[in-house]
Amino acid sequence: MNKPQKKDFIKPKHINDYPVGPQFEAGHLADINAGWRTVRPVVDHEACIFCLRCYIVCPDGTIFKDGDKIGIDYDYCKGCGVCAHECPKDAISMIKEEL
Amino acid sequence: MEQNIFISGDEAVAHGVRLSRPNVIAAYPITPQTITVERLSDMVENGDLKAEYMHVESEHSAICATMGASAVGARTFTASSSQGLLYMTEGLHYCSGGRYPVVMMNANRSVALPWSIYGDHRDSLSLLDCGWIQVYVEDAQEALDMTIQAFKIAEHKDVLTPMMVNLDGFILTHTYEMVSIPEQDKVDAFLPPFQTENKMCFDNPKNMAFSSQPDDNTEFKYQQNEAMFNAVKVLKQTNKEFAQSFGRDYGDMVEEYRCDDADAILVTLGSVTGTVRVVVDKMRAEGKKVGLLKIRYMRPFPEKEIIATAKKVKAIGVIDKDISFGYEGTVFTNVNSALAKANSTVLKKNYIGGLGGRDITKNEIENMFNELLTGKLKKDGEHVEFFNLKVAIDE
Repeated sequence: MNKPQKKDFIKPKHINDYPVGPQFEAGHLADINAGWRTVRPVVDHEACIFCLRCYIVCPDGTIFKDGDKIGIDYDYCKGCGVCAHECPKDAISMIKEEL
Repeated sequence: MEQNIFISGDEAVAHGVRLSRPNVIAAYPITPQTITVERLSDMVENGDLKAEYMHVESEHSAICATMGASAVGARTFTASSSQGLLYMTEGLHYCSGGRYPVVMMNANRSVALPWSIYGDHRDSLSLLDCGWIQVYVEDAQEALDMTIQAFKIAEHKDVLTPMMVNLDGFILTHTYEMVSIPEQDKVDAFLPPFQTENKMCFDNPKNMAFSSQPDDNTEFKYQQNEAMFNAVKVLKQTNKEFAQSFGRDYGDMVEEYRCDDADAILVTLGSVTGTVRVVVDKMRAEGKKVGLLKIRYMRPFPEKEIIATAKKVKAIGVIDKDISFGYEGTVFTNVNSALAKANSTVLKKNYIGGLGGRDITKNEIENMFNELLTGKLKKDGEHVEFFNLKVAIDE
């Protein structure tokens, strides 16, 4: 699973710049989207056994393989906590975000 | 050589669909459309039609399934009527907004309550705003021919708008006439396979059928509106090409019959056109200058054509097998808007009748013409009349 990349979106200036009907290239992320996160997952890499269960269950696909370590893209993580809940080694803690 | 066979309107549509080679059909049976979907089911079963026939449990599922198939680039067909058509209403908007060129046959049937299986135009006329191209046919031959034309018009890259072919319930769906069946290779030449960019595909992954914010929604709707206007030139071009290939020319959005020197005309939709033709001929033989304007397409609406015909005549009556309660018939509303924009001063009258399958007789049509020929309304200010009530009312 590839980490989603932010791409520039060029706003249409003419009606013909719009696609025909509501359709567009897939996977085009124009904005980062993590604004409503109140807690963030933090991985204890010593406790982590790299079973990749967190990587599989993340609903937003923001957990990625950073070499042989778990990486989290905080630009898109919504702080749902499923990764922490599923980790068999309790290696992920949900830490309150600083305001 | 085209084969001539004796079939019903429903069966004619099934042949039109078979010849158009759809990839997917998903339909739910409802009187009086059932024969169309039953014949299509038989054709798929015996190999005459190589299509995926999806059995669905409701009309809502039928439109969603056909739309889903269209979204992977399949040529699709569905059919419904009345309650079924209204059950799929949210899907109709999805389809037109998503720009999926599904073709549907609608058997015009009254809408409950009271519950009725008989014909009128209330089902499709109540859905003029859902963004589908709507054509109304006069006989079984036109039903078959317009089914083939519908795929070509809907799938055109400047249109990409779903299209509804309307047949009067029972009057056209269940009556039999000699119908010429076009040859498959001629239809293949006229109607090549469906090509579109608006589809799910691994080579070019897309995000489809998404939502839009206030920032963009209007532009999508504007574009949809423009596509409907583009359909005007596409349907005219398609009619021309069809006439060249198959020898049958239906005119464009309307058909004028003996209007050039008419004093009074009646505007009609669907099969009642045939009855009015007969009355026009009878009255013309008696020296009365009457004519008929058959509206074929209700969306897009033939505004220019109606204004042009209105300039020739003194009185226009609109027969509506429909009533927008508390006001007037929908065809009349649309015709009147065109006339108002042109500041037309012709006499206008709306004749409401034929509801729930009630017959419209030649006598009643003659009475309409006679009133219009007097140059004034028989009752001052009464522009809208239920002309075939069978009981007395309080005046």
